[in-house]
Amino acid sequence: MTVTDDPTSSSTSGSGSEISGAEIRLEEVTKTYPGQEVSAVKSLSLTIPAGEIVMFVGPSGCGKTTSLKMINRLIEPTSGTITIGGDDVRSRSADELRRTIGYVIQGGSLFPHMTVAKNIAIVPKMLGWDADRIRQRTDELLELVSLDPARYRDRYPRELSGGQQQRVGVARGLAADPPVILMDEPFGAVDPITRQRLQDELLSIQRELRKTIVCVTHDIDEAIKLGDRILILQEGAEVAQYDAPEAVLASPANDFVADFVGAGSSLKQLSLTRIAELDLSEVPTARVGEPTAEARARAQAAGHDHLIVLDDHDRPTAWPWLRQLKGETIHRGEEDLVNLDHRATLNDALDTMLTSSHGAAVVTGDRDRYLGVVWFDTVTSFMRQQQEALAEEGSGA
Amino acid sequence: MSAEAAAPDAATSDRAGWRDRITAEALIVLFAIPVIVVVGFASYAVYVQTSSTYADDVVVNNALGYGTIVAQTGEHLLLTFVAALLVVAIAVPLGVVLTRPRTRFLAPPVVGVANAGQAAPSVGLIVLAAIWFGFGFWTAVGALTVYAILPVLANTIVGLQGVDRTLVEAGRGLGMSSWSVLLRIELPLALPVIMTGVRTALVLLVGTATLATFIGAGGLGGTLQTGISLLRYPVIVWGAILVALLALLIEWLGRVLELVARPKGV
Repeated sequence: MTVTDDPTSSSTSGSGSEISGAEIRLEEVTKTYPGQEVSAVKSLSLTIPAGEIVMFVGPSGCGKTTSLKMINRLIEPTSGTITIGGDDVRSRSADELRRTIGYVIQGGSLFPHMTVAKNIAIVPKMLGWDADRIRQRTDELLELVSLDPARYRDRYPRELSGGQQQRVGVARGLAADPPVILMDEPFGAVDPITRQRLQDELLSIQRELRKTIVCVTHDIDEAIKLGDRILILQEGAEVAQYDAPEAVLASPANDFVADFVGAGSSLKQLSLTRIAELDLSEVPTARVGEPTAEARARAQAAGHDHLIVLDDHDRPTAWPWLRQLKGETIHRGEEDLVNLDHRATLNDALDTMLTSSHGAAVVTGDRDRYLGVVWFDTVTSFMRQQQEALAEEGSGA
Repeated sequence: MSAEAAAPDAATSDRAGWRDRITAEALIVLFAIPVIVVVGFASYAVYVQTSSTYADDVVVNNALGYGTIVAQTGEHLLLTFVAALLVVAIAVPLGVVLTRPRTRFLAPPVVGVANAGQAAPSVGLIVLAAIWFGFGFWTAVGALTVYAILPVLANTIVGLQGVDRTLVEAGRGLGMSSWSVLLRIELPLALPVIMTGVRTALVLLVGTATLATFIGAGGLGGTLQTGISLLRYPVIVWGAILVALLALLIEWLGRVLELVARPKGV
């Protein structure tokens, strides 16, 4: 099977924004810790194209984190060269280098004695930005990670939930607009629903910014979902396979990869297929503030007994049944609506549907704009078609 | 983002933050100590004004008179605070050095020496110091400093070791120098533990400063000594009470410092 260049399944193509990332090259990079005979990383050579998300994945102790930390020199390689945008990382001091590389860590690793704003401002401050610019940038970043600046700016980390802390961690990594961002198990410490949402947000941010992102994870599903490419590492950071997720799943390079990704299982297709590939269903919508009677009439005319409430920015806020509508005008609703980014996988969609009273999920696009609804039946029939297509292909060949 | 909007609201968190920063027990101590101290000093004042039993005893009158007590309290506090400042100035940087990766190996011997300093009987330490360096204020301060180094040193080391390593690495990963990580992350986060050490040191110092009088460095020990050597019970009792009140006051001050120095959000 050949790898098709499907515009919807490669997260950077099909986007109008310019690449702001830089290419990273590792050449024959080796790390041997003193007193250990076996190298943690053994002559690793790798090119990470500008503007792509590359996921480092492998079993624990395979050297993926060591490899990542050598890029920003938290760990100094024993030998070999690493360049970012053509410049050797050793051409300037480690501290200066790190201020130009975003760094996002598990759980956010926010400094507990600093407010959210101060945490985000750390790198800009070191770079000597003036107070106005820092304040502006902080608010902009909080918006970007879907946190209301007025509400969260002056809070301390412990007043935030795990997911919110992780968001601030991402904002801190992006603060000085670095071309390269390193992420070390960024979403490992949050619950599955929050993780899925954070992943969706990262993809949405990446569509806008197009940085070069290197991300370490031990979760193959996360790697498949986020990565433009996946680097699968064996012991000693030996490259088992370095390819697009589709290719890794379709043709694993060896048994190790096949075992690791669980390729062949048609269920893996669930983490490979994006919502955007499905046909979304139309559902009547209503604006916050609109007269309830009008909205109700419109929904009934269309033959539906529910509608989706959108705010001024086209963001879905609630999905009430018509009988639940109360008051003269439509209001935001108290309900905690879990939206699904259109880049989310079918796997995520099924997770989200489990928690929805409609057996469906609301799909949103860039900046959380409403796109449509995906029903459980749509997902299952899509999967059936896929399997039939695969079966035909198999019998035809 | 709606799922996490249920996190604690900013408006309520300020008060809640203040509340769970101090326990009920600490709160009682914080309010009870000033009351005890004020009542204690007031009783002393009433005693001096009204007591007639020893009215004609010059020794008692001199030893417990306002002039003597105020002067001795001043000396006592000066000894305590100068020694405390020196202790902090020595023990905190030393604690920092002993937790740096390159010099960490020195920690056990240095902590051993500091342990010995505290284990030595304080009278012995002060008298030995006087034999070496002569009588006077600075000798007393020196001996007191050696005696009180340990709690601050130990707490600085423990406090710094208690700072989450991932936070240090996060700081380095963001491009902060090791110096800046120390000043802006490690020390602020270790401060509550360090301040507990400072409070312990202050209480040790205010008690031990009573002995300074033996080497002519003044302090409330003078009143006690007069009372003991001339066998005047009121002088002994009031001397002891006044020293105890001063110790309580210093303890209270230490607790307030601890509370004030605690970084917000921790």
